[in-house]
Amino acid sequence: MWGGESVLVKEKVNLSNFISVEKRAKVSKVSFLLIPLISIALALLFGAIFLWATGYSPMKIYMLMFTGSFGSFYNFSETMVKAIPLMLTGLAVSLAFKMSLWNIGAEGQLYMGAFMAGGVGLFFPQLPAPVMLTCMVIAGFIGGALWGLIPGILKALVGVNETITTLMLNYVAILWVGYLVYGPWKDPNGFMPFTKGFEEYALLPTLPGTRIHAGITFAIIIAVVLYIIFKRTTWGYQIGVIGESQKVASYAGMSIKKNIVLVMLISGGIAGIAGMAEVSGIIGRLQYNISPGYGYTAIIVAWLSRLNPFVIILVAIFFGGLLNGGYALQIVGLPAVMVSMLQGAILFFVLGGEMFTRYRIKLGRGGRN
Amino acid sequence: MDSILLVAIFHAAIISATPILYAALGEIFAERSGVMNLGVEGMMLVGAATGFIVVVNTQSLMLGTLVAIFAGLLLGLVFAFLVVTLQANQVVTGLVLTIFGTGLSGFLGKQVIGMAAPISYKKVPIPFLSEIPYFGHVFFNHDVLVYIAYLLVPICWFIIYRSRAGLELRSVGENPSAADSVGLNVFRIRYLYICIGGAFAGLAGAYLSLAYAPAWAENMTAGRGWIAIVLVIFATWNPARAWIGALIFGGVDVLGFRLQAIGIEMPSFFVRMLPYIFTIVVLTFITYKSEKAKNLMPKALTIPYDREGR
Amino acid sequence: MTNPLLNMHNITKKFPGVVANENVNLEIYRGEVHALLGENGAGKSTLMSILSGLYKAEDGTIVINDKQVVFNSPKDSIKAGIGMVHQHFKLVDCLTATENIILGLKHIQRFYDLEKLHNEIEQFTANYGLKVDPRSEIWQLSVGEQQRVEILKMLYRKVEVLILDEPTAVLTPQEVEELFITLRKMAKEGKAVIVITHKLNEVMNVADRITVLRQGKSIATLMKTQTSKQQLSNLMVGREVCLTYDKDDKEIGPKVLSIQNITALNDKKVKALEDFSLDVYGGEIIGIAGVAGNGQRELTEVIAGLRTVISGIITIDDKDLTNAAPRKIIDSGVSLIPEDRMGTGLIGNLTVTQNLILKCFNEAQFSNKGFLHLEYLANYSTEIVKDFDIKTAGIYSPIKLMSGGNQQKLLLAREISKRPRLIVAAYPSRGLDIGATQAIHKILLSQRSEGTAVLLISEDLDEIFCLSDRIAVMYEGKIMGVVKPNEATIDDIGLMMCGEGRAC
Repeated sequence: MWGGESVLVKEKVNLSNFISVEKRAKVSKVSFLLIPLISIALALLFGAIFLWATGYSPMKIYMLMFTGSFGSFYNFSETMVKAIPLMLTGLAVSLAFKMSLWNIGAEGQLYMGAFMAGGVGLFFPQLPAPVMLTCMVIAGFIGGALWGLIPGILKALVGVNETITTLMLNYVAILWVGYLVYGPWKDPNGFMPFTKGFEEYALLPTLPGTRIHAGITFAIIIAVVLYIIFKRTTWGYQIGVIGESQKVASYAGMSIKKNIVLVMLISGGIAGIAGMAEVSGIIGRLQYNISPGYGYTAIIVAWLSRLNPFVIILVAIFFGGLLNGGYALQIVGLPAVMVSMLQGAILFFVLGGEMFTRYRIKLGRGGRN
Repeated sequence: MDSILLVAIFHAAIISATPILYAALGEIFAERSGVMNLGVEGMMLVGAATGFIVVVNTQSLMLGTLVAIFAGLLLGLVFAFLVVTLQANQVVTGLVLTIFGTGLSGFLGKQVIGMAAPISYKKVPIPFLSEIPYFGHVFFNHDVLVYIAYLLVPICWFIIYRSRAGLELRSVGENPSAADSVGLNVFRIRYLYICIGGAFAGLAGAYLSLAYAPAWAENMTAGRGWIAIVLVIFATWNPARAWIGALIFGGVDVLGFRLQAIGIEMPSFFVRMLPYIFTIVVLTFITYKSEKAKNLMPKALTIPYDREGR
Repeated sequence: MTNPLLNMHNITKKFPGVVANENVNLEIYRGEVHALLGENGAGKSTLMSILSGLYKAEDGTIVINDKQVVFNSPKDSIKAGIGMVHQHFKLVDCLTATENIILGLKHIQRFYDLEKLHNEIEQFTANYGLKVDPRSEIWQLSVGEQQRVEILKMLYRKVEVLILDEPTAVLTPQEVEELFITLRKMAKEGKAVIVITHKLNEVMNVADRITVLRQGKSIATLMKTQTSKQQLSNLMVGREVCLTYDKDDKEIGPKVLSIQNITALNDKKVKALEDFSLDVYGGEIIGIAGVAGNGQRELTEVIAGLRTVISGIITIDDKDLTNAAPRKIIDSGVSLIPEDRMGTGLIGNLTVTQNLILKCFNEAQFSNKGFLHLEYLANYSTEIVKDFDIKTAGIYSPIKLMSGGNQQKLLLAREISKRPRLIVAAYPSRGLDIGATQAIHKILLSQRSEGTAVLLISEDLDEIFCLSDRIAVMYEGKIMGVVKPNEATIDDIGLMMCGEGRAC
């Protein structure tokens, strides 16, 4: 009648005598979209109140940020420049998340991709640009893929928590690149921890008048490919099933271990391409600090986008805009990093708002069962 | 190597280890209750900034330190509300907390950037003990906060392993359903220890801006919060091991810079990689090996407690 | 006769769509061992969950020592002197027995002396004759020992009423005897012990009085000395209107499934199947009757390749598939309808289509070189939904929005559309209303007509009688007997289900 074993079924939880929270039976489409939007609105409101309370004009600040990120052609292009690595790492991470693999290592995979691509760019003989760049992309992919493979294998064979192993490997990768740029690969004519600059043929072409480099085409292509994989292929389907329930996946005869390794490999590889794009498209050399934490922000981007590749592109642009808009704040003497507060506030509200898609608040005393 | 140099390195290692140790001790409490807080870096920064601001304005180290602790605690409260009450995803929320904390600290700190510290924690050699050859200088010639850290390690150890509160803490992190069934309030316990973690992180930040530097600069934690998180795992959630681990991480950091200074670049980077690689090895061992080893990690870590049958 | 220690009066408890307890009355006296007897779904666990503070009844009262009480949480119940030992132990693995026993108690010192506590608990265990080393950590203890820790946990909290939910399910016969000695001792000391069970011989062994529940109602309360297993079995199982179906008299086909002497362990490393043998032929339905927990789940998992077999052989169409990979078994034509449909067989967040192709997405009609034929799939789903009369919120909505009956229909539709050789259906109509149940039965019968071998596992004896060509009764991992429906009565079967053998 009610199932074989005694099941604890509690549908209401009393948060206090006046409010109780009830699990929603359905999730209405409206609330699914509306709640994140309301969260953003609330966060902006919160930010406005905070600014006003500390003596700044909210309108002025928001306008400054907006024009700083999207207000002019140049600003918009710079926003795109910052968005590209977020797009790529966001896409990388979304693949892993789809299968419920917590790849926190996009940062390290990016660095390894940069290292491999940089190695090719610096030490391969002169080749025509398209060939050289293709080799660099492949090298970048391999670098990141290897870095994703290690935690993938550990997880598949032994069951080691991938959140922790990928986090550790980030540091190893950054230190490895540090070793190279302070040591054997250091530019003999320079004083700083850089390598020599890449030659022309090893640099990604840019959109004229901007610094927007070909990395954006990589991002768009990968987004399309991932979308097709998720929506239209049997492999994407299997990943989705495994991500939802490993138990059902084994019942259906799917190969879980093989897919863990494969997905971590590819996820790492895409992050590796992000690394290649940064050093070949913007920085032009290998150096100590390649990424200000793109790999970590990517996690938030992917999560916020609910793993939809195209939404990731848009959200990445939004985050790039926040980053850029922050710099504009320096005009009024505010530190650029302050924009992180607004970013954080928006995200807090969205995270909190998530709960409302799953639960409904009821006023009044609920029974305890 | 020169013994004076060795002594200097060890002395510096302890200083370098102290903020990491504080933050790690706090995070051990949080993770033992089943919650992984990746926002430590942000909380440390806010602690550093608020502590320094208060000291600049009041000249009181005590007040500054207390405010820093309180600030960390408040952020911990926000985090607890999101992940315990609202059951938000712990990994994402922690990352957001770091971002938010970084921004908040930058905003608050802009008024005191570049200022010299009017007063800071000074070294207080412990009479008699500090005169022991070699060891005396290494261990007993530090500021008060370092000594407090020494004391906190056994205190935390005792609380976790030998007190009733610690028993309750561990049960919540291992099997919240069992804890619930004997009447323990899982939510309240998690809130408490997350806030304690925040307080410790705030203190760690205060150490940086009021003793280590002393000054305020944006992002001055330079990743120490993340290292603390790594340290917790490296130490298998044990305060005593965390102390040893902090010394290793701190020492490796110091060693790295010293080697760089003498012009020996290479080994420094590899030496610094070792703790992370070792942590992976340790974790693999724990996950793979005997039942006894498996019990080192709190079973319910990162899984939100939903009374509704899970 | 003194007043009852505990009185549950007219308890009614409803869940969405189901009445778990209806006007149930229960009287418990000091010094007795009281058995709560009934099939699965009879309402025993629900009733005791109310008594232990986990659930709240819609109607009815609980009176303890002549005072009415209200429980808002397990804590209240324990304070009132009632303790429950659940089927799934609530113990913290890495802590010692002592620490588990004292967990949550506020009178323990803040900085306790563990050694002193160990000694105290050691003494405590000796008093009750419950042998457990207090210094060992839970993961080191056997299941029987873990259960003792749970009981000690309750005794330490000075409970007056101890409830045990199916306590012997995980014990060896030796441990069962030891447990019963303990229970009798506790009763003698003036406590009241309530045992939830379905095993008749144990009831007759240890209980003083017995209350039988059936379909949410309390049917009778009897003294052990004034009843018999036969009578109890009758009361438990009851007589219901049988939905008769027209079964065509087909020829039985060739042997499809052959299970020979298999032994397998359950998750607690106790033998779930012991020297188990069974053959199933094409075109027949074999019904496995038995109370859940006698190895049925493990049997389905062993056939589907989801659990290892320690000894013995399983063949499908004479191919040895013992311990083969699930994929291989699926490809050999075996379909499992799992008992836990949403946790094992279907994914709530995915759509109808996504659930339908779970096992067959690589087939030529559904995909080509890794690309899904989305349009074809949409048509396919729409047709299946129509053919099986499945009510959905649309084929693109997640199936968790569908009712249990429709989900089960979907699951079955998926499984039979592969034209399997063997269908293993575990509790297929559990939780479904009459309409959905009939639909499921129709599907199974049509498969039988097409020559498929069907292994039906159910607790509903009417279902078994109405559908099966042969009935096998399972008890404690073995077959108690195989009979034809027209050769045995429901009572016979009921007895076998409770452990009373009949020559095979």
